[in-house]
Amino acid sequence: MSNQGVDPGRRRFLTVTTSVVGGAGAAAAVWPFLASLKPSERAKALGAPVTVDIGKVEPGQRITVAWRGKPVWIVRRTPDMLESLPKVSDDLRDPQSEEEQQPQYAQNETRSIKPEVLVMVGSCTHLGCSPTFRPDHPAPEIHSNWQGGFFCPCHGSMFDLAGRVYKGVPAPLNLAVPPHRYEGDSTIVVGEDPAGVA
Amino acid sequence: MAIVPNPHKTTGVLGWIDDRFPLTKLWKDHLTEYYAPKNFNFWYYFGSLALLVLVNQLLTGIFLTMHYKPDAAQAWHSVEYIMRDVPWGNVIRYLHSTGASAFFIVVYLHMYRGLMYGSYRKPRELIWVFGCLIFLCLMAEAFAGYVLPWGQMSYWGAQVIISLFGAIPVIGPDLVIWIQGDYIPSDATLNRLFSLHVIAIPFVLVGLVVAHLIALHEVGSNNPDGVEIKKHKDPATGIPLDGIGFHPYYTVKDLVGVGVFLMIFLGVVFFAPDGGGYFLERPNFQEANPLVTPEHITPAWYFGAFYAILRAIPDKLMGVIGMGAAVVIFFALPWLDRSKVKSIRYKGWMFKTALALFTIAFVLLSYFGMQPPSEIGTLISRIGTFVYFAFFLLMPIYSKLDKTKPEPERVTYEAH
Amino acid sequence: MKRINRYLRPALLATAALGALPAHAAGGHGPMPYSFEPDTGNLASVQRGARNFMNYCSGCHSMAHLRYSRLGADLGIPEDMLAKNLMFTSDKPGDHIMSAMPAEASAGWFGATPPDLTVTTRMRQPQWVYNYLMTFYLDDNRPLGTNNLILPGASMPNVLGSLQGWQVMEEAHGEQDEGGHGAHAGPSFKRVSEGSLSDKEFEKFVADTVNFMVYAAEPGRADRVSMGMKVILFLLLFTGLAWLLKREFWKDVH
Repeated sequence: MSNQGVDPGRRRFLTVTTSVVGGAGAAAAVWPFLASLKPSERAKALGAPVTVDIGKVEPGQRITVAWRGKPVWIVRRTPDMLESLPKVSDDLRDPQSEEEQQPQYAQNETRSIKPEVLVMVGSCTHLGCSPTFRPDHPAPEIHSNWQGGFFCPCHGSMFDLAGRVYKGVPAPLNLAVPPHRYEGDSTIVVGEDPAGVA
Repeated sequence: MAIVPNPHKTTGVLGWIDDRFPLTKLWKDHLTEYYAPKNFNFWYYFGSLALLVLVNQLLTGIFLTMHYKPDAAQAWHSVEYIMRDVPWGNVIRYLHSTGASAFFIVVYLHMYRGLMYGSYRKPRELIWVFGCLIFLCLMAEAFAGYVLPWGQMSYWGAQVIISLFGAIPVIGPDLVIWIQGDYIPSDATLNRLFSLHVIAIPFVLVGLVVAHLIALHEVGSNNPDGVEIKKHKDPATGIPLDGIGFHPYYTVKDLVGVGVFLMIFLGVVFFAPDGGGYFLERPNFQEANPLVTPEHITPAWYFGAFYAILRAIPDKLMGVIGMGAAVVIFFALPWLDRSKVKSIRYKGWMFKTALALFTIAFVLLSYFGMQPPSEIGTLISRIGTFVYFAFFLLMPIYSKLDKTKPEPERVTYEAH
Repeated sequence: MKRINRYLRPALLATAALGALPAHAAGGHGPMPYSFEPDTGNLASVQRGARNFMNYCSGCHSMAHLRYSRLGADLGIPEDMLAKNLMFTSDKPGDHIMSAMPAEASAGWFGATPPDLTVTTRMRQPQWVYNYLMTFYLDDNRPLGTNNLILPGASMPNVLGSLQGWQVMEEAHGEQDEGGHGAHAGPSFKRVSEGSLSDKEFEKFVADTVNFMVYAAEPGRADRVSMGMKVILFLLLFTGLAWLLKREFWKDVH
């Protein structure tokens, strides 16, 4: 095997060009496979906004609906419950809801659009268990200053009646408020922002 | 011979690895210093293309398995779900379904190359035997995969193929029920075929491919002249004079083959994935219905020849035996060919005629295997079956009688 | 190259022979008086077809794998128009097109459950569906008073009869076709009452409907074809480079 008439520069150029073009093709071929793992149209359809009639929810009562497969709680809080919120502020990690765990329109004292109606994703911000609704108080076995709230059975995280997380528990953040809007007085659409909000 | 780590004395990071794992050795033994004859022609693309299609099937199969439901009530719908709801799902599914047909096209051409150039002859008998086992696995894999979409053709195909086992005397009927796990092909059948299709058979298939390649690299590749390049080595280096390193020479050459193949293959995938009703059968766009058989129940095109042999023999048991024998007889080929030369280039008119007749018989059988039964079809299938078996069974005689031409000492090759 | 050709020839001939086979199971029994080529690239036609389907077919037939939202996105129909014109009132955009008819009851009414039509054009082929919809004719021997040329004994009532007009089948011995359908082979039909559409309008109506069904059978088709073009272009470039590379390296081989 002799190497007469071989131009090493041309050979190197062709090797590099073919490798780059072939490599780009192979990289592009990976995309469909990775993209196929994204939520399918079925998952998106099942994750569509959910319309809930809250007309029959009594004060102090909680109902649970599924949105994107997750539990979403709707609690009609009593005046007592609302009054209890400031009482626990000192024991909370983020009492002013500064972390983005709620849409702008629910970044307020009650973490809701209407003060009495709490809409919240019922998944603990620690590792995703669904906390238990514990409106009863006092409950010293949970916390010395328990005014009612949510207690996570998995790792003991505690949240008040606005879903705000207590200090000294594994959960780092307040429970999330999902995008939601009112359609009329007693119908909530979970998964959609109010008109005019991007 | 004791194993000496790092025979190529590499250093640095590579040396660290080579002291512990034969990375450089594997690279050299199987690529840069695997010397292949320089006179490979068109027919020698199909080995590497078969490997490419295997990778395609494994990769697309893994992703299809993530979305498919092996459940008689859901399977058909989950395929339609993949086609519509899964991002890129239709492309991945077409890659897999077209890949199945491409696999058989490539493998048939690969086997035909072996037939022409005597690649099964000593010392390559085991390469051929491993290859035949791969072909057998491929047929089982294709059958199991064909059933999974659980359309009408899947269902009735399963019904017919599993019923073949019913032809076995005494135990046949019970065997069929055992294979199905039910009295008809059902959810249980689908579930077990799924397991075989995605786990058991691919596992064996990949193992056999490795064995096929190890055997090949042990004895070296045959070539279109059918002469051994190892007979003439450079006295100084010990490298065969007619051998060239697989890498880079055949890697760059196969790259061209891959490019051309992908244009044809992806052309089908993107523009005609139904393959005219041959790659995706029309009755399969209807969910399986155990109460109604479609009007034309035909095998996949790649089983056409074997199905025609089954139908040509007017006896249930003998038909099944004939069909099985048509596949198994390939294993015996290395011991049937008594010719003095390997390659068709130096064989006489008898072998050439025999191969031509066999080729025609195979194509005709494939065609009539896919047609509804007819008198002319049965007649031609019978003649075809006779020719098919005669090609193998008479080979010891005609290959011995045949007047061969003298083989050259070295391979014939003209630089382009 | 000569040598390659010598051995390649049988294989090429075999491939050509396979390619020349008539595609099997082309729904191919009985005559097909009308020829039809689907055109899913004609967006307006597919949109009209969607409307036709929802108005005339979806009462009985589902498309259990086609979502309204997909339909809207692919056919460029905004969500409010989708909801107003095409969807059943209680449906959400992500829902499949499901007929309101209870399957079991309908089997009792018609003798068979109306089949799902999502992928019918892939099973039967578009031309079959077109001919089926064109060739309903009056037949006193059938329970519903109509029969079909392509699917004799069809249990579906001729829901398009008031559009097409009712027709009877003439014994097919004369080669002169007077049914007003132009020159096509096979049996001829004679109109006994006028429909609300002219022949041309009705043919267009059916073509639109079948175009929609062809779209619905594979909504991803348009995307895959355009992707295919790009892929082939890329492969041309890649193969050209690989060929130059091969030629360069093989200069070593003598």
